[in-house]
Amino acid sequence: MWSCLGQFSSVTIELIISKLTDTLEPVHLEVHNESHMHAVPPGSESHFRVLVVSSQFEGLSLIKRHRLVNEALKKELSSCVHALSIQAKTPEQWRSNPSLAKSPPCMGGSRGDHTVEEKLKAGRE
Amino acid sequence: SARFLCASADLQKDLGEMVKKDKVVVFMKGTPAQPMCGFSNAVVQILRMHGVDDYASYNVLEDSELREGVKTFSNWPTIPQVYFSGEFVGGCDILLQMHQNGDLVEELKKLGISSALLE
Repeated sequence: MWSCLGQFSSVTIELIISKLTDTLEPVHLEVHNESHMHAVPPGSESHFRVLVVSSQFEGLSLIKRHRLVNEALKKELSSCVHALSIQAKTPEQWRSNPSLAKSPPCMGGSRGDHTVEEKLKAGRE
Repeated sequence: SARFLCASADLQKDLGEMVKKDKVVVFMKGTPAQPMCGFSNAVVQILRMHGVDDYASYNVLEDSELREGVKTFSNWPTIPQVYFSGEFVGGCDILLQMHQNGDLVEELKKLGISSALLE
């Protein structure tokens, strides 16, 4: 089991990129670590946003496209990766609107829970 | 809780009934009044924008068995999860894209719900 704390380089991003590249042959791929937006320790690799542009999505409903991405990252989603935001576009859709969506702000979950904040602080010291 | 005593096969059967019981069903972190995650909150906000207030929501933070069970049930790894008429629609990203491209108004119409955005 690899570490979810990538302090020097992003192991998880590398993994996500290589798996999605192999399975979906994207013409454009972006993977962003959004963990800093959530109540997790600094350097965490738990919350990601992916933008995948692939001709394999042509003719597929959104849910089928997302299922392909989820399936490719099944192992990661059952361990380190707690949240994965997906934009799955066809090359034509990407040409007509080449923009990355934004994630909503974290509502706290544990962020509103001070005991967790204290635990996280304690873990750093 | 009583659910804790259920075998997981029973939970899958229960989920089959839970998603059919109401036209719109949301499994989320927190409640519509107090969402505990930005993605769950986004789903609540989108439904509110379309005037959909009458839906069933289940807080997975209160029940870890439900949290895992619903992922198995839908073969979908994340929360929130939205169901229309017993059919899995998707998570926050899909609902947001359906809102943006107009599909959500059409899907709600199929449920007999007239979106508030049409008014």
